Amino acid sequence: MNARLKWRKFVSAFMLTMTGVCAAIAVSVLFFILGHLVYHGGTSINWAFFTKLPVPVGEVGGGMANAIVGSAKLLALASLVGVPIGFFGGIYLAEFSGSKVAFVVRYAADLLNGVPSIVIGIFAYALVVLPFKHFSTLAGGFALGLMMIPITLRSTEEFLHGVPRALREASMALGASKWTTISRVVVPAAYRGIMTTILLALARVAGETAPLLFTAFGNRFWSPGLGQPTAALPLVIYNYALSPYEDWHRQAWAAGLVLLGLILMVNIVARVILSRGVAVPRS
Amino acid sequence: MATSSIHAPSAGPVAGSRSFLSRLRNGDEIARVITFLFAASVVLITVLLVYELWVDSALSRHKFGLGFFITRVWDPIADDFGALPFIYGTLVTATVSLLIAVPLGIGAAIFLAELAPQKLSDPLQFFIDLLAAVPSVIYGLLGVFIVVPVMRQWVQPALKSTLGFLPLFEGPAYGVGFLTAGIVLAIMAIPYIISVSREVLMSVPRDQREAALALGSTRWESTWKVVVPFARTGIMGSIFLALARALGETMAVTMVIGNTPTISASLLSPGYSIAAVIANEFTEATGDLYLQALIELGLVLFLLTFILNGLARLLMILTAQRGSGMGHA
Repeated sequence: MNARLKWRKFVSAFMLTMTGVCAAIAVSVLFFILGHLVYHGGTSINWAFFTKLPVPVGEVGGGMANAIVGSAKLLALASLVGVPIGFFGGIYLAEFSGSKVAFVVRYAADLLNGVPSIVIGIFAYALVVLPFKHFSTLAGGFALGLMMIPITLRSTEEFLHGVPRALREASMALGASKWTTISRVVVPAAYRGIMTTILLALARVAGETAPLLFTAFGNRFWSPGLGQPTAALPLVIYNYALSPYEDWHRQAWAAGLVLLGLILMVNIVARVILSRGVAVPRS
Repeated sequence: MATSSIHAPSAGPVAGSRSFLSRLRNGDEIARVITFLFAASVVLITVLLVYELWVDSALSRHKFGLGFFITRVWDPIADDFGALPFIYGTLVTATVSLLIAVPLGIGAAIFLAELAPQKLSDPLQFFIDLLAAVPSVIYGLLGVFIVVPVMRQWVQPALKSTLGFLPLFEGPAYGVGFLTAGIVLAIMAIPYIISVSREVLMSVPRDQREAALALGSTRWESTWKVVVPFARTGIMGSIFLALARALGETMAVTMVIGNTPTISASLLSPGYSIAAVIANEFTEATGDLYLQALIELGLVLFLLTFILNGLARLLMILTAQRGSGMGHA
């Protein structure tokens, strides 16, 4: 082997090793994050954390029951806004629309998907907070729901497209109307895939903080009904992390661990279901 | 997709041959109208969003005009607002993040697509997908308690003692600042670059690699000089996507950038970004002009990400065409 070839082989081996190092760094970030959350927050997760309200500033202890319930309410509202629009809109795109309308709707959905979450917050503020004159669960749920629309829409459309044509034709041949075919044959065939991506969309908005800053706003107490400002887990993490109190830092880590744990669990389950390919039946 | 040929008839002559009433009785027409309303509401919401941003920033737009973008004063008391420090901070942090994230992300994508056997590549990609699902407030949390102290005690003093003669690394080491925000943003952008680039690289036809190897190139040469250039436009698309995300990222940046509207050549200096100033001051904005100036910043942010996302999509489309075209050649 001449020197030049040796050099080329060395460069090749070196650069390929470096790509492996890059991949190792990227993946290790996940375990770095998880490790720190468990280390700093693990010991703070106890019964009080899930059942107690925050205590007044300066006192040690308390929990974030109100933030957990607040997050659940926000997510329920977000589903009420995002899922019907995304789901039925997706059915329209896949089953009814011509290509021009579909292009416009898809384009709008992509645009909405790319809007920074803080701008979604401004929009929800202008649309829901200003008319009612105060921050509310309703506004927060609306903002999160907007973020769910494009994900639900595109995944519904994609999974419906994945349903084999033969299934539709068989149903039509038996005399079923188009809507009967869609509602009884096509949607059930794609149902699991659609449900799974809706779960993924929920997991994504569950961690969103920016759209909640001036919609849900945060609250140190219970938030009855939908018209009051409400606490939410991501908001609490943000506020506690930037506070000057040691005990709040501890609780921010614990809340981070709970939030990330839930999000990762949903992601793992959903991705395993999707990767097994049960979502779309084989023709 | 094949389905386009299925729903075509409903709009075509076949649909017309049955009476409108009979279709209505079947529910077909009702279903069509109802689902259309839902689809149309997506367009309506998007249009309304742009409209609100435009109308609700009218005061500020009229008062400051284009000067808004080149004024560095941000004085709520005197009602004088300029966006320059925030635009500067946003661009600087995004640039720093790309400088770190692009080499790392593309390197990792090359490893996952070209080198790793599928049994290793798939689980690694799974972890990368999980990483992309980590909410930004969690990155902010680690940024505040882990990255900022490390930057203040180790990285920034080290940079100052070695490269301190450059204006880039001047000033005291606060821990927070452009560099820290850029690093946290880079960590957040890497999963996106990897996921998209890996897919683009994997779609490069196999004969491209084999031809390069058969001509005597090493594995790296075939990857770097043949496969990567082939996938170039797609990779560029992934970078634009990551850039759009980095520009619009709020929480993590707000927590580590220092929140001071300064324009400084030093990366160690605390700064501010568009998203961060909206997050911090929106609820405290007293007076219409103040609020509308913040909304105008939101409009600027929206337009920036809109343009970048558009470019990204264009590049993806180009890649798809080029990929299929070259594949048959």
